[in-house]
Amino acid sequence: MSEAVATQPYNEEVVRQFTIATVFWGVIGFLVGVVIALQLAFPVLNLGLEWTTFGRLRPVHTSAVIFAFGGNALFATSLYVVQRTCRATLWGGPATASFLFWGYQAFIVLAASGYVLGVTQSKEYAEPEWYVDLWLTIVWVVYLFVFVGTIMRRKEPHIYVANWFYLAYIITIAMLHLVNNMALPVSFFGTKSYILWSGVQDALTQWWYGHNAVGFFLTAGFLGMMYYFVPKQAERPVYSYRLSIVHFWSLIFLYIWAGPHHLHYTALPDWAQTLGMTFSVMLWMPSWGGMINGIMTLSGAWDKLRTDPILRMLVASIAFYGMSTFEGPMMSIKPVNALSHYTDWTIGHVHSGALGWVAFISFGAVYYLVPKLWKRERLYSIRMVSYHFWISTIGIVLYITAMWVGGITQGLMWRAYDELGFLQYSFAETVEAMHPYYVIRALGGVLFLLGSFVMVYNLIRTARGDLRDEAPYVSPTAAQAAPAE
Amino acid sequence: MFSHEKIETNVILMSVLTLLTVSIGGLVEIVPLYTIESTIERVKGMRPYTPLELMGRNIYIREGCYLCHSQMVRPFRDEVERYGHYSLAAESMYDHPFQWGSKRTGPDLARVGGKYSHEWHAAHMTDPRSVVPESIMPAYPFLREHALDADDIAEHLKTNKAIGVPYSDDMISNAADDIVNQADPENGDPDALQERYPKAAIGDFDGDPARVTELDALIAYLQVLGTLVEFGELTAEDLRQ
Repeated sequence: MSEAVATQPYNEEVVRQFTIATVFWGVIGFLVGVVIALQLAFPVLNLGLEWTTFGRLRPVHTSAVIFAFGGNALFATSLYVVQRTCRATLWGGPATASFLFWGYQAFIVLAASGYVLGVTQSKEYAEPEWYVDLWLTIVWVVYLFVFVGTIMRRKEPHIYVANWFYLAYIITIAMLHLVNNMALPVSFFGTKSYILWSGVQDALTQWWYGHNAVGFFLTAGFLGMMYYFVPKQAERPVYSYRLSIVHFWSLIFLYIWAGPHHLHYTALPDWAQTLGMTFSVMLWMPSWGGMINGIMTLSGAWDKLRTDPILRMLVASIAFYGMSTFEGPMMSIKPVNALSHYTDWTIGHVHSGALGWVAFISFGAVYYLVPKLWKRERLYSIRMVSYHFWISTIGIVLYITAMWVGGITQGLMWRAYDELGFLQYSFAETVEAMHPYYVIRALGGVLFLLGSFVMVYNLIRTARGDLRDEAPYVSPTAAQAAPAE
Repeated sequence: MFSHEKIETNVILMSVLTLLTVSIGGLVEIVPLYTIESTIERVKGMRPYTPLELMGRNIYIREGCYLCHSQMVRPFRDEVERYGHYSLAAESMYDHPFQWGSKRTGPDLARVGGKYSHEWHAAHMTDPRSVVPESIMPAYPFLREHALDADDIAEHLKTNKAIGVPYSDDMISNAADDIVNQADPENGDPDALQERYPKAAIGDFDGDPARVTELDALIAYLQVLGTLVEFGELTAEDLRQ
């Protein structure tokens, strides 16, 4: 990862834009998440208006965090990393880069405004209607050209491993997006379309898409982030080059098969369910291979966890990644899934990945990037990174434990029988039992949101060039080594 | 000895190999669902949605009902007792897109058809807690205030036909009339509708005979869910996938 000066200056303007968008949409996404969490605890907050019901706001939340927050973070970091590791400026020049930025923001606004107005094709995480899908396709193809074009201009003989993951994410998302969204519009002047696929085939196409939106958007792309920012922040090389190769190919090969575990015990034929379960369990291995490669990169630099809260955030994200990718294969085992499916356990699982892994590694990358992009000596405050870390971590713990306990309770209540052989609980009683967990979950979400406010404040002061007057972190070993005064 | 160097120094080769690697799983799992004939069970009774049901289904999609309600009963004792016969692939064969859902914040709706009266549904949509005090469902009072916008209903049927739903020419030419035939039987011809679409629920669903509203359409859709297949006549062999 040598970073000698390129012949043309790197395009950092577009990275700055995407970084600002990452933080902006992150806060919006977390905020809408808190609102809909509170709606489940207190349904009066749906307000009785058509634009503010849970059903219309939930896709706003999921798209805002996945595609707006996560997507902008992927754009920002991939365009930064590809230039640095190739020692080349972006292919296509500043105008193309600017199109990417504004084109992607337009996609987000078109999608979200549609949801609020009830324009959705109802495929989870692929809700935008045909005209938004077409627009995204154009933006995405340009993205692919810019990324590959930049790699082709590289001055390094090898393509750095982070770029393999970014490349796989861009290519695979294109494939998934095109197939899953094949639709016939009712009219070219209206928003409504009907998906080409139906019933059981549509179900598997959707979850082939849906699971790999997780696998390639939220995993492969963010692994690209891991492979650049963790070594950078730790100032250590990646633990194992060979493991990187095995990790990459096995992860992208196995992930794509795992979709059917979203359809266990449904009308999907058994052979497909079993195949999906088998590959989901196998997926545990490359996932943990990647986790090991990330965490072991700290070999020889473990002491930095005490003094560098940014590195702590990055490492915690990899730990959450390891936890989620253990939980996922476990939940894909059919008898476990029989209990967990349809419950809030799934929601908890998703959030340990989304908050713990995706958000934390993005925060770490943003904390790394902002001083560099705004040419500052360091962040405004290192201590505030630590406050952010702890407030948000407590939020995540509240969130996922509430959803574990709530979800398993829900699943057990649905299948409980009384001594006479009748179902013990009506469905309404199981809804009532969820109330305390929904309140705790909302509280966890509020903490996570508060943590992000600390980050926003810290980043704004950093961009303005301020430095907080605060005690620096000192390594305890270094302190002991210092002579007593 | 294999060297990864060839791949990691050539972005085109790496892109092509990546695309091949990520294509295999989807091809192996999805394509056979179209080629293996037993994927969709051979059962009697499935028919396309009536125009009013189709419009109601679009409202169900618009409001994101699928985010909290599944339409997929799993073959477990408790689910079969709570909801009815486990769901078949055949039952969603005309669903573009499918509505199986992934979460049960509320109960499964695959077989909700005929379980509650139209009046119950109308009250429930307007104020869920008036009929289910524990409910956390949003209220949808605006559905009964919005007249159903179905001017282009024939276009919706034609679009569905183009992607494989067996709407006949008769169904398409009578699409607009069939909305009245179903929701306003006093002024329509419900028998003609029933002939085209057996088992369609007929009546003034929302309690407002003056006009056809979005609530009429949504209730008509809910009332047909899970009612079409004749389970009494089925054998285990018919259900084998």
